[in-house]
Amino acid sequence: MEEKKPDATLDLRGVVCPINFVKTKLKLEEMNKGQILEIVIDPGEPMANVPRSIKEEGHRVIKVDKINDHFRLLIEKA
Amino acid sequence: MLREDQIERYSRQVILPNVGGKGQEKLLSAKVLVIGAGGLGSPAGLYLVSAGIGKIGIVDSDKVELNNLQRQILHSTKNVGKPKVESGKERMREINPDVEVAPYNLRLTSENILDIVKDYDIIVDGSDNFPTRYLVNDACVLSKKPLSHGGIFRFDGQAMTIIPGKGPCYRCLFPEPPPPGAVPSCQEAGILGAVAGVIGVIQANEVLKFVLGIGEMLVGRLLVFNALDSSFRIVKVPKYKDCPICGENPTIKKLIDYEEFCQLKTQNKKNKNGG
Repeated sequence: MEEKKPDATLDLRGVVCPINFVKTKLKLEEMNKGQILEIVIDPGEPMANVPRSIKEEGHRVIKVDKINDHFRLLIEKA
Repeated sequence: MLREDQIERYSRQVILPNVGGKGQEKLLSAKVLVIGAGGLGSPAGLYLVSAGIGKIGIVDSDKVELNNLQRQILHSTKNVGKPKVESGKERMREINPDVEVAPYNLRLTSENILDIVKDYDIIVDGSDNFPTRYLVNDACVLSKKPLSHGGIFRFDGQAMTIIPGKGPCYRCLFPEPPPPGAVPSCQEAGILGAVAGVIGVIQANEVLKFVLGIGEMLVGRLLVFNALDSSFRIVKVPKYKDCPICGENPTIKKLIDYEEFCQLKTQNKKNKNGG
């Protein structure tokens, strides 16, 4: 299946919890329902927390890729 | 758009469901008037300034006294003798320079109150005397401004939120003030500082909910706190159809003389450090 092209991107490498999630949330607020946000986050605490918080707000994490030592997530805005 | 430092400063509330960046923008553009920089106004003002309310007006005509510091946590020992509004502004600006603080070093009267409240979205009553309490209630009802009422006495406290047109006002609850001398002021009766803190923080919380448009306000519900048994009760308060200011046929259509109304004119007016 072809991957949806992201409508916006946030590079959150080096951004600690919970600011990485706050920035994701603020970006999603600006976007329209169904649009795709791509974020890049660090492993460990960010990877343990950010996807869960995104889902708690009702958004969908549609794809997770490990790229080198960080993670790339595609989020569909609810 | 929030600045980087604002994202960091407000992150713990921006993260909340129902707040977010949009909620924070609402807070940053809200204007709140705090009447009395005393026992209630101090904790209310501190939480409002911390939350990033855009503009906070503080009204008080008194100077900081040493006996205030046991409960009026906006002030500090070095500011004894300074006007409370100046001391309060100094502390608020230290906490959050984002916030515009407007000091009103005056006593509210029927002549000046309407001109002051008109610039604000919601009013916090932290006053310590009946003439001011009725004056503030009537001014808010006439101006259709939401009002958070708070009162404290010894180990007891109460709070109610008044949204003119939607629920009861302070006069629906207490149409007449108690006879002069029937209720001693805090100066005579005493007050535990933490009781002022509990009620003042509830008032701040009501303001934050109002600005954010979330939750259920204390409209038509009087919250009663007792510190000795750590209990909270909610007492339902109906609108009073014969309320002289917000009833079906109001008799008060403009502000009156509240000192006279509370029969304090003939009294010794020394009891002013109550709150």
